[in-house]
Amino acid sequence: MGASQTRTEKYQDLADKTGFSLEQIENLHKRFQRLSDNEETIRNQHPKEVGSCEEIGFEQFLMVMSHFRPPSLKTTEEEKEAMRKEKLRFLFNMHDTGNDGTITLVEYRKVVEELLSKSGDIEQETVKAMADAAMLEVASTNVPHMAPDEFYEGITFEHFEQILKGLEMETKMYIRFLDVETPTLSCGNSTS
Amino acid sequence: MPSRTGSHSPTGIGKSLPERGLLLLMVLVLLEGSVIPLGAASSPDTGHQKNVDNHKAEGEKNHTKKAFPVLDLDYRHIQTPFEISLWVLLASVMKLGFHMIPRLPGIVPESCLLITVGLLVGGLIKLAGEKVPPVLDSQLFFLCLLPPIILDAGYFLPIRPFMENLGTILMFAVVGTLWNAFFIGGLLYAVCQIQPANPNELHQLEILPCLLFGSIISAVDPVAVLAVFEEIHINELLHILVFGESLLNDAVTVVLYHLFEEYSAAGTVTVLDGFLGIISFLVVSLGGILVGAIYGILAAFTSRFTSHTRVIEPLFVFVYSYMAYLSAEMFHLSGIMALIACGAVMRPYVEANISHKSHTTIKYFLKMWSSVSETLIFIFLGVATVDGPHHWNWTFVTVTVILCLVSRVIGVVGLTCVINKFRIVKLTTKDQFIVAYGGMRGAIAFSLGFLLKKEEFPMREMFLTAIITVIFFTVFVQGMTIKPLVELLAVKKKQEAKRSINEEIHTQFLDHLLTGIEDICGHYGHHHWKDKLNRFNKKYVKKCLIAGERSKEPQLIAFYHKMEMKQAIDLVESGGGVNLPSAVPSTVSMQNIQPKKPPPAKPVEKALPKMTKGREEEIRQILRSNLQKTRQRLRSYNRHTLVADPYEDGFSELLIKKQKMIALEKKIKDMNYYLTVPAAPPDSPTMCRARLASDPQSYSSKPAMDRVPTIQVDLASPQSPDSVNLMDEFRRADQQEEDQGLTMKAPSGQSGFNRPGEADRGREQQKLTRCLSDPGPSADEEEEEEPFLP
Repeated sequence: MGASQTRTEKYQDLADKTGFSLEQIENLHKRFQRLSDNEETIRNQHPKEVGSCEEIGFEQFLMVMSHFRPPSLKTTEEEKEAMRKEKLRFLFNMHDTGNDGTITLVEYRKVVEELLSKSGDIEQETVKAMADAAMLEVASTNVPHMAPDEFYEGITFEHFEQILKGLEMETKMYIRFLDVETPTLSCGNSTS
Repeated sequence: MPSRTGSHSPTGIGKSLPERGLLLLMVLVLLEGSVIPLGAASSPDTGHQKNVDNHKAEGEKNHTKKAFPVLDLDYRHIQTPFEISLWVLLASVMKLGFHMIPRLPGIVPESCLLITVGLLVGGLIKLAGEKVPPVLDSQLFFLCLLPPIILDAGYFLPIRPFMENLGTILMFAVVGTLWNAFFIGGLLYAVCQIQPANPNELHQLEILPCLLFGSIISAVDPVAVLAVFEEIHINELLHILVFGESLLNDAVTVVLYHLFEEYSAAGTVTVLDGFLGIISFLVVSLGGILVGAIYGILAAFTSRFTSHTRVIEPLFVFVYSYMAYLSAEMFHLSGIMALIACGAVMRPYVEANISHKSHTTIKYFLKMWSSVSETLIFIFLGVATVDGPHHWNWTFVTVTVILCLVSRVIGVVGLTCVINKFRIVKLTTKDQFIVAYGGMRGAIAFSLGFLLKKEEFPMREMFLTAIITVIFFTVFVQGMTIKPLVELLAVKKKQEAKRSINEEIHTQFLDHLLTGIEDICGHYGHHHWKDKLNRFNKKYVKKCLIAGERSKEPQLIAFYHKMEMKQAIDLVESGGGVNLPSAVPSTVSMQNIQPKKPPPAKPVEKALPKMTKGREEEIRQILRSNLQKTRQRLRSYNRHTLVADPYEDGFSELLIKKQKMIALEKKIKDMNYYLTVPAAPPDSPTMCRARLASDPQSYSSKPAMDRVPTIQVDLASPQSPDSVNLMDEFRRADQQEEDQGLTMKAPSGQSGFNRPGEADRGREQQKLTRCLSDPGPSADEEEEEEPFLP
């Protein structure tokens, strides 16, 4: 009795923080337990990569997942704006592996390279050219008049927002979180 | 059907007078066309009769000698094609005429104007006392006029938004149309049965003909929707909802129509028939899609082998699609769905296989045909209205119109309540209003009504009158008011900006990300299935259907190359080398982005003195003469071959050449003192394409021919200040091109590491492009009439 009481309290707490409903949190918790083999935390398979941490707990798991919630019919315009900013921030942080607040050319090149990594052997030249062209576009849209000597350090968050405002992130970046338990598959530890 | 706003001259009115004269002439000729056959009909017969009599009476040799007819009028011979051409000409001239009038296209949608013109023409014909030709013959409509419009819509259907909203679209199309049909049919019957006092002709109307009428009039018409929505530029979601609905409800309409038509004779419909109807619906829709998909795959497969006969590539697209339509119609399946499926399935593969020119051809032919078809349809609607026969019945018609509106609104609102439970991005009230208001009826309803046989349906004329009234109402009233309403309600408009490469990268990134997150959450969401479909596509399907190297090209790269090409063409069109007319004028170039590289090896720089004028002239002469030599080799022209376009043929070779060039450049860096002038400076692909785009005759970079004799001039003293490292110039210019990727700026001596050298390089670059795009004084324009334009 007591245990489930605190658990619902904990869930309620999480629900308030992340905006999920209680059922969704239950489901996600079950999923989390399956992924972590019933332990408290999920361990990182590749701990030495840049910008990754050793293990995450359920709360952090939920926080990350909460970035993918869709807007509902009742969200106001300001809330939609805030949601969009939050999602864009998430994406930005994914690209900015150096954690310095800007996406540099090298980081961007890596992004494009990884996108194309599964499609056979792509020439480095093309990847480079594409990343360069994309960077050029960001630069020319945001800082149209740069003297030839200046150096564009990298894409800041504001520029990133500006470039992607046409995509309307809040309507695109979401997945369906289920309320009812579905017979989930065992997508085990061996993901590609 | 993009309406091109032609040049609005200040003397708009003055310019339209000759146009009016021309239009009037057209109409008169058309009238003549209908009058003359009747006149000509009589004389040949009597002439023939006389001749026969003569022969019989006179016997053998005594023919009445007629003078040899130097000029003869034989209208009969060419009558049908002549009239058809006249109609098409009339339609097109009308379209031209509308855009001459200053403010009209903004207020009145084109469809209204065209119907009015049709009314006028029909009226004129009737005034002249002639019989109005039965233009909206159902055969003509369904087999000739409708397919181009649907093919155009299907081929250019934006697949992504369509698939994302497929559930919603299907709900509206199937359930919405069913609801409309039964509601209208049922209530009409009820209304017809009241008025017990005076025995009314309406009383004879049975329930089944009523339901048939309901099913004819309930379907939203794609032609009308397209015509109106084209002009209001509404946001993509709403456009695809209404338009998708109008396409997919064809299956429902076909089934209901045939069902009620069959059983109207029998008089009753049983539950079994209803059940069969449902099965029939599934067969009709899925069968149509299957037929279309099969033909689409055939077309894609055929296009794989067309690399040697590029001229007939567009033909495959058109003919296979048309055959898909006809095959589906043969089995009474849904021809529209077959056409859509065919176009949508074949497009990605065909576009990867065919040449750029064929792609342009297909695009413009489809647009042209669909535009002409649409215009003709509306004009014919006007003419057919005048023709009649009409039977006006106030009650019936007004009740029909009101019921159409009411049922549409109720249907949309009701369905949206249900749909919104399953949608993530819900439909707001504004959206619902636009969807309801945009449900126009059009010529399909009229043609279906026209097809009814008079014997089985004594009320046919009344039906036709009511259908025409509804069509007029939706097209005129709703068509004219939807634009101001859209403005008033501040509905989101279509985004005009083209897709940028950043957006493309991030959209793809998002796809992968969301698939991954779905994986983590552990349920098979729609990203998962989309991903699986993509993998299947890449692994098996693309290999079969796409020729050569392109089959392995990921979508992002294809997009990037397309963009590059477009930029290169833009660049050349804007005069080569000067400021690129980009969306945002900016002075940012690659130098600003690249992290500062250490300046290149010193010895190369030292060998870059200024070039004298005389030397420049020499170089230019040599280049020109070499280019001319290669041009002369291409002079044999054959009607059946297009001049080879290296981009298509040598796609992978271009990439290989790029690499070769890089290797070569490294070698050249050590060779400072040769003046080697290649006639066709090898090529970064951008430069190559840009050059070719401007000068269609210098197709000298055919792979076999690129090693044109290079002139090696050993200069007297290697250290002379006149020695120009021209080869190196080219190399570096090209390498500069390469790094820049998309922008080809003439830096005009400001940017970069080495100022004086850069200045020369910049000017040299500019001169280079200019002199290469100059075809030279004695070049002939034989090979190709028009340059390689997009």
